[in-house]
Amino acid sequence: MTEPVVDIPVERTIDTSQMKVSDEVAIQITSMNKWYGTFHVLRDINMTVNQGERIVICGPSGSGKSTLIRCINRLEEHQSGQIIVDGTELTGDLKNIDKVRSEVGMVFQHFNLFPHLTILENCTLAPIWVRKTPKKEADEIAMHFLEKVKIPEQALKYPGQLSGGQQQRVAIARSLCMKPRIMLFDEPTSALDPEMIKEVLDTMIQLAEEGMTMLCVTHEMGFAQAVANRVIFMDQGQIVEQNEPREFFNNPKSERTQLFLSQILGH
Amino acid sequence: MSNIESQTIAFVRDTMIPEQAPPLTEAGAIKWLRENLFSGWFNSTLTLLSLAIIWWSLAAIGPWLVNTVWNAGSLSECRRILDGTGGACFAVINDRWHQLLFGFYPSHLYWRPVLALVLLFVALAPILFTGLPRKLLVFSALYPFIGYHLLWGGSIWLPISALLGFVAGGIAFILVRKVNGLAAVFAAVLAPVFWWLFLAGPFDSAMSSVLPLGLDFVRSDRFGGFLISLVIGVTGISLSLPLGILLALGRQSDMVFVKSVCVIFIEFIRGVPLITLLFTASLLLNYFLPPGTSFDLILRVIIMVTLFAAAYMAEVIRGGLAALPKGQYEAADALGLDYWKAQRLIIMPQALKISIPGIVNTFIGLFKDTTLVVFIGLLDPIGLSNAIRASTDWQGIYWELFIFIGALFFIFCFGISRYSMYLERKLKTDHK
Repeated sequence: MTEPVVDIPVERTIDTSQMKVSDEVAIQITSMNKWYGTFHVLRDINMTVNQGERIVICGPSGSGKSTLIRCINRLEEHQSGQIIVDGTELTGDLKNIDKVRSEVGMVFQHFNLFPHLTILENCTLAPIWVRKTPKKEADEIAMHFLEKVKIPEQALKYPGQLSGGQQQRVAIARSLCMKPRIMLFDEPTSALDPEMIKEVLDTMIQLAEEGMTMLCVTHEMGFAQAVANRVIFMDQGQIVEQNEPREFFNNPKSERTQLFLSQILGH
Repeated sequence: MSNIESQTIAFVRDTMIPEQAPPLTEAGAIKWLRENLFSGWFNSTLTLLSLAIIWWSLAAIGPWLVNTVWNAGSLSECRRILDGTGGACFAVINDRWHQLLFGFYPSHLYWRPVLALVLLFVALAPILFTGLPRKLLVFSALYPFIGYHLLWGGSIWLPISALLGFVAGGIAFILVRKVNGLAAVFAAVLAPVFWWLFLAGPFDSAMSSVLPLGLDFVRSDRFGGFLISLVIGVTGISLSLPLGILLALGRQSDMVFVKSVCVIFIEFIRGVPLITLLFTASLLLNYFLPPGTSFDLILRVIIMVTLFAAAYMAEVIRGGLAALPKGQYEAADALGLDYWKAQRLIIMPQALKISIPGIVNTFIGLFKDTTLVVFIGLLDPIGLSNAIRASTDWQGIYWELFIFIGALFFIFCFGISRYSMYLERKLKTDHK
C-alpha cells in the first residue's frame, strides 16, 4: 500500500504541527491486564499519553478498544498492572476514582443523555452536584459550551426532542462543563446518520484545536488522519501497532493492520 | 392520470386545487357513530345488545334508588314507609354515618379527625404538586406529629419530644459529617434512638409537669370506621414507598450482607398472606414482647401493613430500575456523581416514573387491604357494617351499607388513580 488510501470526509484539515504536545504525562498505563471471567480482554497494555495528545484507537470489534478507554475512568476495573491518570492511580479507593472521573470527560456511542432533564439541566447537573458550582454560574458555563457546540437555542428542550447529532453535541458540551483535562470518546459517531457525523466531528476537531487531550475510539479514519498525532491499532486485546497517522495509513507494518485497513478503506 | 404518464413524464401543475369540505360521513356526530358504534354488523349488534343491557339494569335499579327512604329509625320502619313497593333504605346511612366514618370516637371530638383530614390534604399538596411554594414542605414534614396529636391527643410534649429525636439526629449528622461521611450516618441513626430511649421520657414528664398542655386522650380502641382505614392506609402508603426504594436498592447492592437481608425480607413477606401477618401483629407479638408492655394494636397493624406493601413496592421499583439502560448509570458515574447522588438525581427519578402504574397499583391494593383488619377485631367500615347489621334496628340490611362503603373507597382510589395519570402526563419528556 503505497498510494494514499484515505479520502478524508472531514472537509477541514487542521495544521497539527501548530498544536503543542507538552511533556507532562496525562495518562500512564503499565502492563495492564483485564479479564471478563476467564476471557482475557486486555493483554499487557502499556501506553503513555502526554497532555495535549490526540490519540485515535481503532481495531476490529471485540478487540478491546472500548474496554481500554473505559478502564481509564474506571467504568471497567482492571485486574493487574497500573493506570495513573493525571497523577492519581486508579485503585479500589473510591475517592481517587471520583477525583479521576471529575477530571476525565467521556462521550458515549449512545449519548446517554438524561432524558428526564432539559439540555441545560443535563449540562449543569455535574458542575452543581460534584463541583458545587453555584447554579447561576453553572448555567453560564453550560450556555458557554452549548454555544460552542452551536446549539444554545435548544437549552430548554429535552433530549428526546433533538436529533442524534445534536444529542451527541450536547453530550460533548455536558462533559466539557466539568472542565476536564482529558476527553474520552467511545465511538461517538457510530450511532449517527451519515449527515450528522460531520457536525459531531467538526465539534471534536474544534476541541482538538484548543489543545484538549483526547482519546478516541472511532472508525472515522478521515478524522484520525486530520487530527490525531498517534493512531493505535488493537487486535485481540493487544496493541498491535501504533504510529503517527501518515505513516500508519500509508505504510502499515503489521499484516493484521494491513488487512484491517484494506477492509475498512477498500471500497 | 395514467394518460399523463403515457404521454410524458414531465408534469407541471398550473392551478392549485382549492380545499373542499369533507363529505358528511367524514365529520361530526355521524362519523363518530359510524366509527365507534356501528363500524360493522358485529359491532352494531354489540352496540344494540349493550344498550339493551344498560336499559334493563337501569330499569331494575332506577326505581329502587328513586324510592329511597332517607329518614327512618329502623329497617321495619323503612318497610312500613315503602309499603310494599321496592326501594332502598339509605336511612341506615343517615342514622349511622358517624359510626361508619369515626367508629366510637367521642362525638364531641369529631372536629379533631376532620381537622386532621383537612390538614392532611394541606400537607400533601406541596408533595403532589410542584407548582406550590417549597416552604410548605416544612408543614408536610411536621404533619405526622400534628396528625398524631390531633387524632390521639394526650400531652403535646409527647409528639414534640419525638420530633426532637429527629432534630437530634439531624444535628448529629451535620456535626459528624465534617469528620467522616459514614460515621455521620451512624450518628444520625444513633442520636435519635438514644434520645427516644433515655431522654424523651424524662423530657416529656418534666415538661408536662411544668406546662401541662394537650388534648383529651382518645384510646386506640375508640378508633373505627373510615377513620381507621385512612390512618392505616395513609401511614402505610407514605412509609412503604421510601422503605420499598431502600429494599429495591438493597436487592441490587454488591454488598452480600445487605443484598441477602433484602432478598430474604422481600421473599418472606411476599410469600406470606397479609392476614397471617395481621394475626401475628394482633396475637403472637404479645407472646414475644415482655409481659406488661402495651404496644398499640393500630401501630402494630400499621407496621405489618407497611412491611407488606414495602416488599411489593420493592419489586415494582426493581422492575423500573431494570428497565433503565446501563448507559444512564455509566453516564452518571463518568460525570463523577457518587452512588447516592446518582440514585437521587438520575436513576430514581426515571425508575420511579417508569414504575408509577405499579406503585399506584400497590397503593390502591394497600388501601383496600386495610379492610382485612376486621379479622383481628379492629372496627373498620366492614367491621362496623357487621355490627350495625347485628343491631335489632337494622338486622337484614345489606346493599345500602356496602354501597356506601364501596363509594367511599372508590372516591379515594379513583382520586389516587387520576392523580397518577396526571403525574405520568406531567413527567412525560420522551416525546414519543
